[in-house]
Amino acid sequence: MHPILKTMQTAPVPAPAVQVRIVSKLYGSFAALKRVSCTFAAGGFHVLLGPNGAGKSTLLRVIAGLITPSSGIVHLLGGDPLQRRDRIAYMSHAPMLYDELSAMENLRYFSRLQHPGANCDCTGSPEMALRAVGLDPTLTRPVSQFSQGMRQRVSMARALVGDPELLLLDEPFSNMDAAGARELVQLLLDFRTWPLAGAGGRTVIITTHQYELVSDVADSVVEMRAGSIVIPQAAAA
Amino acid sequence: MIYLRTVWLHLRKDLRLEWRSRDAIAGMLFFTLLVTVVFAMAFDPTGFPTLARQMSGGLLWVGLLFAATTALNISWERERRNQVLDAHRMSASPASALFLGKALANLIFVSVIELALAPVFAVFYNLHPLGEVRWLLLILPLGTWAIVVNGTFFAALGLNSRNRELMLPAALFPISIPALLGVVQATTGVITGDFEPQLWIRMLLGFDVIFTTACILLFPTVLHAE
Repeated sequence: MHPILKTMQTAPVPAPAVQVRIVSKLYGSFAALKRVSCTFAAGGFHVLLGPNGAGKSTLLRVIAGLITPSSGIVHLLGGDPLQRRDRIAYMSHAPMLYDELSAMENLRYFSRLQHPGANCDCTGSPEMALRAVGLDPTLTRPVSQFSQGMRQRVSMARALVGDPELLLLDEPFSNMDAAGARELVQLLLDFRTWPLAGAGGRTVIITTHQYELVSDVADSVVEMRAGSIVIPQAAAA
Repeated sequence: MIYLRTVWLHLRKDLRLEWRSRDAIAGMLFFTLLVTVVFAMAFDPTGFPTLARQMSGGLLWVGLLFAATTALNISWERERRNQVLDAHRMSASPASALFLGKALANLIFVSVIELALAPVFAVFYNLHPLGEVRWLLLILPLGTWAIVVNGTFFAALGLNSRNRELMLPAALFPISIPALLGVVQATTGVITGDFEPQLWIRMLLGFDVIFTTACILLFPTVLHAE
């Protein structure tokens, strides 16, 4: 057999990070998602666009396993979202932090929760995660005294500290100034290069209104409107 | 072992949050002291020592039950604020460990209130227990656990409800009636010395075992409910 053909036959094809098949989500008579189907390739940087109420956050929460769809199936990293909790991280509009604890205390707590079997903080070190988002790990004041932008950074660090394979970000730039937002985009690009066991690579799915921030780096863009996907496309196309 | 370590992680976090804010303990302490003083004024227990002995067990536990509801609501409000609960719902650690850690933290908070309240209660109601006081070492933790284990569960159940402050007592008080009956009777038995409290302690123990098991088994469903 020709060596090239042999390589093509044996090379591992990475499974999609996320497969959404005919998913609907109903709240009474209101359909937040209407028969949505899409696939997000592993190792990609994917952007969900759309106006308020388009269903972006609902779709992201369905993928995260925080909302059970009324119908349809979601496959995450080749399996059920509920079985992949230790490999995904989600960051929402709210910081998901305890106001009374410092940034380090919050991160240590969530890091140990994400890896209950670990004896130390070595998996996705909290110090490293805080430094990665540009914050000083020695800050001892509670996060309630942080600015909105700083809380957003700590929230990002909380998402990273679990060393996730799939990162789901809902409007991560909403409380950030332009420079902070650009730094976050760079951090997300760096995150995708972090070493990972397995073939697929790290995947980022992000919802935002500020498409100009990610237009250069997005591998694919999905535009939603009124609970449906209107434009699925590869950004490079 | 990993499970117990996770329970300890949640417990330590709740103790730390309370130490920094003191919301739950301050609210409970104020409420129970108020109830103690108001009842003492209303019934004049020093003039009727026998009646005071017969009633004090009930007054003590009704006051603690009301006070505990404030702490139970606060303990889940911390998880609701900033949507921290979503982080727990996505966590790889067992959900029931969160429940147990929180219930143990609430047990400690209510026990602190009991320790602070005991001398005040004895003075205001002029109490000299006539039974064996050592039984209180069993009655107090068992009765407190009966309140907090159900309270922690029902407070979580009402998290997504708009009227959660109202829903907790509405659900907790009826279901706690057997435990309340047991703990009041056992406490009255110790204070009056009229009867032995063992039967009521056994009933309380049975209640605690059954409801702790049920709450631990059902909590993951409650946590992941939308």
